[in-house]
Amino acid sequence: MGIQIQEAIHSGQTPGPPSLGAGAGRSTGMAEFRPERSETGVWIGIFAIVMSFAAFTSAMIVRQGASPDWRHFELPRLLYVNTLNLLASSVTLGLGRKQLTSVAGLLASATERAQQSYSEGMNWMYCTLALGALFIVGQVLAWRTLATQGLFLSTNPSSSFFYVFTAMHAAHLLGGIGGLAYMIRKLSKADRTGQTTGMRALCVYWHFMDGLWIYLFVLLMART
Amino acid sequence: MHDVSSKRIAHLHTAPTTFIRKYVFSLDHKVIGKQYYGLALVAVFVGMVLSWLLRIHLAYPGWHIPFLSKLSAAGAPDGVMTPEYYLSLLTMHGTLMVFFVLTNAPFAAFGNYFLPIQIGAEDMAFPRFNMMSFWTTFLAFVVMMASFFVADGPPISGWTAYAPLSAVGGDAGPGLALGQDLWAISIAIFCIGSLLGALNFIATTLDLRTKGMSLARMPYSTWAWFVTSVIALLAFAVLLPACILLILDRVAGTSFFIPGGLILSDKLQPHSGGSPLLWQHLFWFFGHPEVYIAILPSIGIIATILPVFTRKPLLGPRAFIGSMVAIGFLSYMVWGHHMFVSGMNPFSANLFSVPTLVITIPATILTLLLTASIYGGKMRFDTPALFCLGFISVFISGGISGFYLAQPSLDTYLHATYFVVAHFHFVMAVASLFGVFAGTYFWFPKMFGRMMNETLGKWHFWLTFLGVYCVFMPMHYLGLVGNVRRYSAFVDDYLAPLIPVHKFITIAALLTGAAQLIFFGNLIWSRFRGPIAPENPWEATSLEWTTTSPPPFDNFGGNHPVVKNGPNEYGVGGTDGNDYVMQNAAPKSA
Amino acid sequence: MGKVFAVVLTLITLVSIAFFAMHTWWLPPDISTTGKAVDRQLDETLIGTGILFLAGQLMLGCFAWTASDKNRAKKIKPFPGGAAPLVTAAIILVGIEIFTLTFVGSKTWGAIYLTAAAPDSLRIDVQAEQFAFYFRYPGSDGKFGGVHPEKIDDGSGNYFGLDPASDVAARDDIVAASLVVPVNRPVSLALHSKDVGHSFYVRELRVQQDFVPGLDIPLHFTATQIGKYEIVCTQLCGLGHYNMKAYLEVMKEEDYEQWLKTQSGQ
Repeated sequence: MGIQIQEAIHSGQTPGPPSLGAGAGRSTGMAEFRPERSETGVWIGIFAIVMSFAAFTSAMIVRQGASPDWRHFELPRLLYVNTLNLLASSVTLGLGRKQLTSVAGLLASATERAQQSYSEGMNWMYCTLALGALFIVGQVLAWRTLATQGLFLSTNPSSSFFYVFTAMHAAHLLGGIGGLAYMIRKLSKADRTGQTTGMRALCVYWHFMDGLWIYLFVLLMART
Repeated sequence: MHDVSSKRIAHLHTAPTTFIRKYVFSLDHKVIGKQYYGLALVAVFVGMVLSWLLRIHLAYPGWHIPFLSKLSAAGAPDGVMTPEYYLSLLTMHGTLMVFFVLTNAPFAAFGNYFLPIQIGAEDMAFPRFNMMSFWTTFLAFVVMMASFFVADGPPISGWTAYAPLSAVGGDAGPGLALGQDLWAISIAIFCIGSLLGALNFIATTLDLRTKGMSLARMPYSTWAWFVTSVIALLAFAVLLPACILLILDRVAGTSFFIPGGLILSDKLQPHSGGSPLLWQHLFWFFGHPEVYIAILPSIGIIATILPVFTRKPLLGPRAFIGSMVAIGFLSYMVWGHHMFVSGMNPFSANLFSVPTLVITIPATILTLLLTASIYGGKMRFDTPALFCLGFISVFISGGISGFYLAQPSLDTYLHATYFVVAHFHFVMAVASLFGVFAGTYFWFPKMFGRMMNETLGKWHFWLTFLGVYCVFMPMHYLGLVGNVRRYSAFVDDYLAPLIPVHKFITIAALLTGAAQLIFFGNLIWSRFRGPIAPENPWEATSLEWTTTSPPPFDNFGGNHPVVKNGPNEYGVGGTDGNDYVMQNAAPKSA
Repeated sequence: MGKVFAVVLTLITLVSIAFFAMHTWWLPPDISTTGKAVDRQLDETLIGTGILFLAGQLMLGCFAWTASDKNRAKKIKPFPGGAAPLVTAAIILVGIEIFTLTFVGSKTWGAIYLTAAAPDSLRIDVQAEQFAFYFRYPGSDGKFGGVHPEKIDDGSGNYFGLDPASDVAARDDIVAASLVVPVNRPVSLALHSKDVGHSFYVRELRVQQDFVPGLDIPLHFTATQIGKYEIVCTQLCGLGHYNMKAYLEVMKEEDYEQWLKTQSGQ
């Protein structure tokens, strides 16, 4: 995902028929709404990721029913904290996006308000990055907790699926973190000429990771 | 800031200057398309040689093939294949052909090259993802081929890699240790490459169509690539988790697919509780849509090419597109027909059989529309046209045998026999490949600026058309006798009388294979010495024929075409040379 | 060239159909109670698809024949009626065929796989392994002994891992390498695998059933003709897959009893 967002930022414009101006269609509200290319791409990617996790989910359900060897265990408490972290990161990302897109295109201007919005927006972005990283660290710590209880990948099908689901989610989230880091880098250019293209895509992806985690958390709580 | 008022939109990436950027790590979809085609060519050549080796072993088991003992001393001591090596080569034949040929050539290769051009775009939506998708696929190919060179050779579990045979590791037999690991890793990597590719195709089709190019005006090939991408996106998204779970069972001691109490090589296996049927469900949930991924692009290509040579529009455009979409949708509901006798609940056989039979309806509609489109046409029998006609014939043959296998009550006899082998070879190996051939002869001039040799093309067609019927039609009869598939030798009592049939098939296969060398030769010769091709040698209407042969870096030289017609304005009054209207030209008044 | 194509295609079509019609290579005679329905289903499908095959290929050949471009001034002709009649015909005709085949076919399928075995069936336990089939009869006590994978020892002939020392029911179990059954008696098999997936296929019975490791799968049949028939493995199971087979021997009731006596004597 990161590369795709980089791609969109790199091109710096919205493609489309020659009659629409680059990037202008949305923020000024004129002409019909056309999603940015990166946003289309993210939605398609989300479609695929949903399908993958659906496959893992059905594998878990079938496996649980195939044999009476499923041993339930209690989820580490830390997961609740991690969940709150991730939810908070979605909030901060939303706030950051609001600030930054409100001054998109005006970044080069030196107005006080614009500069303020910009720095506030960037702060929220850094916050999101920190919270995302904190989530990953928290997941690793949760794994360590399980390990001390003697629950490893191959111990029991229930623990197997726990590790598989959390690892797959973390791997996809790392992709999102990469995209976020890239967005931050682009927007921190000294001359403040970075565009916020790709911001919508990043947000969609991040919120999706959030929602996916909620789904997985509930699933694991119910079945593990 | 970019100048938003300019009509000309700057290309997504600047024209490459270095050799590496131009021909190796290229962002240009045309180069990437050719790279996929080249990869498919290598894979099909290897796959074809493997098929020759398999067929020779079946018909003439005593023959010594010196090259084999060089490839694998253990697998073919003295040039005679061991039973396990037969299965290794069989596995690689299927894997290479299904993944690296049939998913690559009609879909990734031609799709990458022509999708953007046919919709009037300058490149794919995500050129860097596109480049990544090719090199990922290439890496998958390298990993797959590496299995030939490890000690025990490639895996022996077939391209379907059923668990627990594929999951327990080396105790189950030769090739099932490192060879199977490489297979699973390769396929997982392949999934990622395909997912990236599918994502690109979908985003490009949705977002980058030029002005006037509504979905209804897209050529059939574009529609086919679009529908196929959606199928691929969802199918490979299921195969990847399946491969991950398989790899974990193999290396991490998990038991997703392996039940307890198994004794292999006199050892009690350290797994328990897993479900072999789970692998089958996951695999076929991918596997059935995969075969439609293999055939749909070829159907689209044939539907694009046929009208050019009949000089009249395809009959029933909406029904045609609707049928392609219906097939895509239904393809997800039928996977259990590979598992009628697998041990899954027999009642579900009825549930899977119905959509399997229903899918024959859109398939029949497609075939009827293609055939009826020839009626009343002014046919030009150039090589692409011959392959279109051949396609229809072999698609009928292959589709008809599907009717038998879709019924559980017949599958109880025909499952795992040569009847199945006949069926899938006709639809995939032959029909899908005919689409690739047609596409190659048709689009070669556009891609390379030169025409392919017509005489060689016609020889290739006739020898192949006759050859494939000689190879695969007899397999139906073998299946009716009950000749089981994936046997490395025919030692059962009832199989002895069938050996002459197998000999006939082998000779036909070798001859048909030799005929493909005409094609390879034609490709290479024409690439460098073929006559220079004009912009539109076939008098076709879609957008790729409005630009130079080959197209410039940004496809249209900076001018985005504006589309005014659908892709089938053929036979619109006027005589030869003037009986068509390009998609970007003003429509003719009635 | 269109004419050549049409002629070649017609020849291919007729030759292909001829071999089907002449039964040059065909199914062996059916020896089961459920097989007749399968054969009838096959015949109906052959006729229906034969007509479709013939019609489709001939239509293609016919159109290719008439459509050549020799006459430059010829105008193209639209297909009479357009696409709608074709699409409708396809839906209706194929739909009827599908409906019929499914309706009849599900009964045929159900008779084999969805009905319970007769209560007085002869019960036989079948184990598949790399690369052989073994068959176990319950013996005079009518009970099967328990199987213990860790006790399996092919060298001493303990294929099933029986424990006669501590398991009374196992003591009179009869293990054989052939599936011997009396004629016209319902037989109920329980299929299980020692190692990987295998499959049980007897062409003359018109049945096929995979062995799934971890599962015990039922399969029942009644053989109606005395004789010796091959049981072959159809699920790829490793290097010896091609050679994995056993015999189904259908005997007169007296001969079967005699055989049982001989086996338990050993």
